[in-house]
Amino acid sequence: MLTIKNLHASIEGTPILRGINLEIKAGEVHAIMGPNGSGKSTLASVLAGREEYEVTEGEVIFKGKNLLDLAPEDRAREGVFLAFQYPVEIPGVSSTNFLRTAVNQVREYRGLEPLDAVKFLSTMKEKMKLVEMDQKLLSRSLNEGFSGGEKKRNEIFQMAMLEPTLSILDETDSGLDIDALKIVSNGVNKLKSPETASIVVTHYQRLLDYIIPDFVHVLYNGRIVKSGSKDLALELEEKGYDWIKEEVDTASV
Amino acid sequence: MSKDNQILEEFTSKEYEHGWSVNYEADEAPIGLNEDIIKWISAKKEEPQWLLDWRLKAFKAWLEMKEPEWANVHYPKIDLQALRYYSAPKQDKKPKNLDEIDPELLQIYERLGISLNEQKRLQGIAVDAVLDSVSVGTTFKDTLSKLGIVFCSFSEAVQEHPELIKKYLGSVVPMTDNYYAALNSAVFSDGSFCYIPSGVRCPMELSTYFRINAANTGQFERTLIVAEDDSYVSYLEGCTAPQRDENQLHAAVVEIYAAKNAEVKYSTVQNWFPGDKNGKGGIYNFVTKRGICAGDNSKISWTQVETGSAVTWKYPSCILKGDNSVGEFYSVAVTNNYQQADTGTKMIHIGKNTKSRIVSKGISAGHSQNSYRGQVQVMKRATNARNFSQCDSLLMGSKCGAHTFPYIDIQNSTAMVEHEATTSKIGEDQLFYCNQRGISSEDAVALIVNGYAKEVLNQLPMEFAVEAQKLLALTLEGSVG
Repeated sequence: MLTIKNLHASIEGTPILRGINLEIKAGEVHAIMGPNGSGKSTLASVLAGREEYEVTEGEVIFKGKNLLDLAPEDRAREGVFLAFQYPVEIPGVSSTNFLRTAVNQVREYRGLEPLDAVKFLSTMKEKMKLVEMDQKLLSRSLNEGFSGGEKKRNEIFQMAMLEPTLSILDETDSGLDIDALKIVSNGVNKLKSPETASIVVTHYQRLLDYIIPDFVHVLYNGRIVKSGSKDLALELEEKGYDWIKEEVDTASV
Repeated sequence: MSKDNQILEEFTSKEYEHGWSVNYEADEAPIGLNEDIIKWISAKKEEPQWLLDWRLKAFKAWLEMKEPEWANVHYPKIDLQALRYYSAPKQDKKPKNLDEIDPELLQIYERLGISLNEQKRLQGIAVDAVLDSVSVGTTFKDTLSKLGIVFCSFSEAVQEHPELIKKYLGSVVPMTDNYYAALNSAVFSDGSFCYIPSGVRCPMELSTYFRINAANTGQFERTLIVAEDDSYVSYLEGCTAPQRDENQLHAAVVEIYAAKNAEVKYSTVQNWFPGDKNGKGGIYNFVTKRGICAGDNSKISWTQVETGSAVTWKYPSCILKGDNSVGEFYSVAVTNNYQQADTGTKMIHIGKNTKSRIVSKGISAGHSQNSYRGQVQVMKRATNARNFSQCDSLLMGSKCGAHTFPYIDIQNSTAMVEHEATTSKIGEDQLFYCNQRGISSEDAVALIVNGYAKEVLNQLPMEFAVEAQKLLALTLEGSVG
């Protein structure tokens, strides 16, 4: 589904990603871990098409298309979803209105009829249950005055509404208490299917107790330096990142 | 070129939707401005002597006045002698009713999406259509007259209801009020008149649609709304003009009189031609709008959505004379490219327990300059006056400007005046967030701007609100740099 080949990206001339290679197949969950500043969030942003990052080398093929050639909105319409680490507030725009615009633009791109108000609301009600979303929140301005947990739940709720093929969760666990973490993970797991894949970017293994990854990759200095199974995450939890840093630093001397 | 800049480029090359014009045979005054021209206009309209005298008095006063320069707008001086002060479609005889109006004129309005055909129109809005210097027709007159409501062109009112015109004309905006008001008083050609008798709640929205068609012609219309005791009316005003390279002048006067317990709601969606992307052409919109809450417990509410005009100079105001009277001003002013707007309001508290509320939302894009200028004045005997002002500015890109000039003058210590102001920028983050959900940048801007202006748009009558939302989107589509 997604093939990343030798991806280099920089921001304001400073290289952050220095040759990422990654292959993701449908049905898989990949966790990206790594110490602060290793490039985890950059990878998520570059895949979603954030403009500040300049891709200097490499390619990304998503469902046979060159992802890097597509505008951010077209990547979303093709099925790439990014759950933001810091969801943005938009005053005066209700979540409902926002999502209806988004869903219908995505549908239009995919050649589907727009959902009418009734159909949209019933779909919304159904998906709200996934993340135990309070309906009152949805009539309020998007993310405005939402608690950290409410914002993250709203991200997963939007994901449910937009039905992406590739979901990228960027530190979705940050700022969540254990109950919220369970609710959010539960939502993600219910959305899992053999046709979809996820990239879970996280700093801690805690999230991976709830969203079980098929593969764990460690990012360091802009490269994937180690890949493994879920056990790798546990090992990292126990030993920290220093041993990996040492391994890499020694090897590169 | 970055993607945002590309969108900006695309948008700014987009044409103004109502930029077309129609050639019709016109009845025109000679170019220039002098006493003879004023006499010519007055004669053309078969006006009584007192009105001609009033005009000439205004003209004399105007000759002594100077063009104001305090506004934060810059434009080359207008050569008022190079303008034409009257242009009207030639009609064989005055149409007595809508069926007699030249179909070609009706078509102009059809094309603007305003049908003057009563059967075709949605019930609920009566329209007075003003083309250049004259009113071409007013709908639903009969329905309204059964309730005693007068809704007609200004010229017609001069003939049919001279006592009302004589009493109220210039009573809210004196002929010498300011340079443009004086000019308007001297040369005004037509406009709308509306009278709601005591105890009547007007069952439909009344609306005037101003269209400038002729070139080199100034439009100077006058609107007068009188609401007697315990009456209510909601009034709408819309405007468009053809796209022309030269600047055109629109200097209107609107007067509102609200008696005891009366309520008047006045909404404007102003969409005059704003000039092209290089700032060439466009309407100069120098307008004086003022209402007086003359009676106790009366209320006047101004709502405006300003998207057009090259230069706007406009301060819809309320004189709160009656005790417990209420004045409101809700405004969204959008400027793009090289547009300049200096707009706001004045709330003059005279009566006891008077209240005013000001909500101003400025949106600037491109190279435009957007100023809010507002005055809150509490006079000595205005015990317990209350004012709340909120002035927000939204900037798009880095070449535009937003300015706020609040003036507060309090002469009574019981007054409570609050002022809040914010300035924000449409963030890359907000745009990217929308993009990531599959929303195009243009729609994202529309969504964000409409959210920002929601408090004001909510004040508009339903049908108008939808129009206004589309207009905001159209004016700003992709103008993020």
